[in-house]
Amino acid sequence: MSQTNLHELSAAATATAVAAGQVSAVEVAQAHLDRISQTDDQVRAFLHIDADGALAAAKAVDDRKAAGDRLGPLAGVPLAMKDVVVTRGLPTTAGSKILQGWRPPYDATVTRKIREAGMVMLGKTNMDEFAMGSSTENSAYHPTHNPWDLSRVPGGSSGGSSAAVAAFQAPLSIGTDTGGSIRQPAAVTGLVGHKPTYGSVSRRGLIAFSSSLDQAGPFGRTVQDTALLFDAIHGHDPQDSTSIPNTRFEATAAAVEGARAELAGLRVGVVRELTGASGGYQAGVLDSFFKAVEILRGLGAEIVEVGCPSFDYALAAYYLIAPSECSSNLARFDSVRYGLRVGDDGERSLEEVMSLTREQGFGAEVKRRIMIGTYALSSGYYDAYYGQAQKVRTLIARDFDNAFAQADVLISPTSPFVAFGIGERVADPMAMYVNDLCTLPASLAGTPAISVPCGLSDELGPRLPVGLQIMAPALADERCFRVGAAFEAAYNAANGTVLSNIPALGA
Amino acid sequence: MTLNYDDVVTRYDPVIGLETHVELGTASKMFCGCSTEFGAPANTHTCPVCLGLPGALPVANASAIEYTIRIGLALNCSIASWCRFARKNYFYPDMPKNFQTSQYDEPLCVEGYLDVDVQGNTYRVGIERVHLEEDTGKNTHVGGATGRIHGAEYSLVDYNRAGIPLVEIVTKPVEGTGELAPEVAKAYVTELRDILRTLGVSDVRMEQGSLRCDVNTSLSLAGSGVWGTRTETKNVNSLRSVERAVRSEMLRQAEILDAGGRIKQETRHFQETTGTTRSGRSKEEATDYRYFPEPDLVPLAPAPEWVAEIRGSLPELPAARRTRLQAELGLSTEDLQQMVNAGVVEAVASTVEAGAAAGEARNWWMGYLAQLANARDIEAPALPITPVQVARLIALVSDGTLSTALARQAVDGVLETGADVDEVIATRGLAMVSDTSALTDAADAAIAANPDVAEKVRGGKVAAVGALVGAVMKATRGQADAAAVRTILLERLSVSE
Repeated sequence: MSQTNLHELSAAATATAVAAGQVSAVEVAQAHLDRISQTDDQVRAFLHIDADGALAAAKAVDDRKAAGDRLGPLAGVPLAMKDVVVTRGLPTTAGSKILQGWRPPYDATVTRKIREAGMVMLGKTNMDEFAMGSSTENSAYHPTHNPWDLSRVPGGSSGGSSAAVAAFQAPLSIGTDTGGSIRQPAAVTGLVGHKPTYGSVSRRGLIAFSSSLDQAGPFGRTVQDTALLFDAIHGHDPQDSTSIPNTRFEATAAAVEGARAELAGLRVGVVRELTGASGGYQAGVLDSFFKAVEILRGLGAEIVEVGCPSFDYALAAYYLIAPSECSSNLARFDSVRYGLRVGDDGERSLEEVMSLTREQGFGAEVKRRIMIGTYALSSGYYDAYYGQAQKVRTLIARDFDNAFAQADVLISPTSPFVAFGIGERVADPMAMYVNDLCTLPASLAGTPAISVPCGLSDELGPRLPVGLQIMAPALADERCFRVGAAFEAAYNAANGTVLSNIPALGA
Repeated sequence: MTLNYDDVVTRYDPVIGLETHVELGTASKMFCGCSTEFGAPANTHTCPVCLGLPGALPVANASAIEYTIRIGLALNCSIASWCRFARKNYFYPDMPKNFQTSQYDEPLCVEGYLDVDVQGNTYRVGIERVHLEEDTGKNTHVGGATGRIHGAEYSLVDYNRAGIPLVEIVTKPVEGTGELAPEVAKAYVTELRDILRTLGVSDVRMEQGSLRCDVNTSLSLAGSGVWGTRTETKNVNSLRSVERAVRSEMLRQAEILDAGGRIKQETRHFQETTGTTRSGRSKEEATDYRYFPEPDLVPLAPAPEWVAEIRGSLPELPAARRTRLQAELGLSTEDLQQMVNAGVVEAVASTVEAGAAAGEARNWWMGYLAQLANARDIEAPALPITPVQVARLIALVSDGTLSTALARQAVDGVLETGADVDEVIATRGLAMVSDTSALTDAADAAIAANPDVAEKVRGGKVAAVGALVGAVMKATRGQADAAAVRTILLERLSVSE
């Protein structure tokens, strides 16, 4: 097997080659580390690269292979981990200065499952600070560049994880999605990204942004690769009370089967409120989306239009619930036990040191959300803000129930926009927030959704990828993968893969 | 303070309220698997969860929930069929997450009561709520005069206590107790402590902080029915302090009101040394804790069958037990009340169970043992002597092996050495001399040493034999039976009565 393009292999092909002894896990790891050193000064996907750890993990896989152990379906496959997921002994900052230098004493459940699967963790990826943002520009360290066009953002908040996979630095990565932070970056980098049913992937060890919304999930270049990673990380965790008992998905099988199947009899609901009727969506995005609808129809799906009127309030509700929870979750960053401590000169009081640390340790967006959340939870305002937002959440869930009575899956563009330019939207928080317009409803309802590449838009000049969001009822994650794989196969058959259009990165 | 308490209670009606925190005796903490054992080296019983590390998540301890339901049922509460934990947000270094996972508007147990008896009257103390939360860590402020954070050189935090399950029991305002308010407060905490102990949910040791009490006190003008501003007194660390704190706060508030002042709503700290309270942080501007439902935990929905099962497994509670013991031991209500006040009901009952007669058991625990305990400022059952040992002493007295005086010496020995009763008797040679030949020798010696007394007795003055009895008792160091000695002396002198 050619050593030069190991980094271009899919995760499935890599695992097969390692298991068959055609290539060693160490060779695979080294190829990806090389790719990172060649490209990351341009992409800047990583906050921390763990070459030693990666090679050691790869060697362990090779040793097991040599000892005759049966390897799992992802053994020896490299992975990039979003820096919001704690990794024992490895720096974990959540993209924030306030955690600079902190090395967690424990592994997140997701991290543990990744290690147990024999996957090779290459490093920790850049992100919007504490997962707050849609462009990765809110990272306290540096922005990440979209491999499709280095002047553009890779989406966010999991922009390091999307950029790494799109730049072929890793075949798979882990992101987290609170309001769209996996799906939107996947869409704008031409990847597949899955936001699992809330409670299907353990949150233990995810540095919390908004506890009732956060879910970790996979990025991949194909639906099947993405399914392989989801199968490796999901499952009940007794150490996460909100983890759903007895969840066992066969996402990979669903993807494999979906890629071969037609969709006759499947009812696909186009969500009226998420298809730009009221304006604000880019024409190139809508064009790709409606072509995708025709592909689904061509596969035999019955296309219906469904109305979800409460979705219009999703953004407002989200920007009360998420900041409220974050104002409490981020209170622990106080300089007392770990992380940054500013101004502790023996003279200043505890309160002063705490204030200075938080002032210097948190970025502007984090402070904005802490303040919004603190206000929304205040006595006298709680009912009008947090309480009201929770009611909207109930209405959104009800809209989903009604819609799923008429359709097996719901679809929309993943984001109203393709990748925008670095610096373009930083001055206006609302311009940033509307990136998540289409992804917020599933977050608030806790239901699963997947973003699959569905075309290219050259409306802004360069050809940039567009994502199709496929939403399913709670616990019907397999359906997302089945339909996603069917669509992907049909799209690729007609057009070739979206990702094949990505320009080569300069050496 | 020049005010007279009796005078104060004629002019003001006190309203009291109590908030009691109980550390549950579960093996592990509320939201993680760390041990709850007291006294371990600082920060050794910690993990990512109770240190509030980034990414850590709580998992509720099922035993703690069961214990709380037990407490709620014992306090005649309704148990919520569905409730949630809430986050109470505030910054303090002993709070690892800077929010306490507690319960807010949806407590696990509500609307109960506890009846307490004080001086022949029964007072029904309403229970507002019983809820479950986690304890904080413990701060030690080093340097500085006050031991408080202000002025300290540095502070140490021990997170071993952080996350220990804590139950908060809040009473409704208690009115109509008049001059007995301090006694009712004390009786309530005493009864609550006994219930908690009986339930086996906590070791309820006030001195170790596993039972902590905040006392709310306010005064209203007698008969007005208009409540005054209340203060909350913390740091009330013994039953006696509960009583003293209420009394001292009543006097302090009366003095201010008499002078036309107004009471500041504030937290006050009870000081053991002076028996008075001093001002703590002001509560005039109430802290906004920004409570909201804890999103990291699922709602608590105890199944009715489970609650019924817990109800069925409750032990006999102290009040019922007292009623039964009163009948079984044939005690008067007054006797029983005295025993309750002295905290010896269980000790007496156990002593009777170990074979002693009720009257004897009561006499020992209310008499000599109470006296010794008093001198040590503890309750008699806290003495290092067991009811079984006391029962053994009573048996030895009743079969004549020991006199009461010797039995007391044996008690002293047990307390001093920790040895068992029979061992103390053997090593200290405390047994009665019942060997007739030894007593006969001692009698002969006494007769020989006191020929004139002997002559008087022989001459018919039998009463004079008392002097000889005394001499023999002295020679045997009190270990002889005086009646037996007398008989032997009269025999040796060939005198009959």
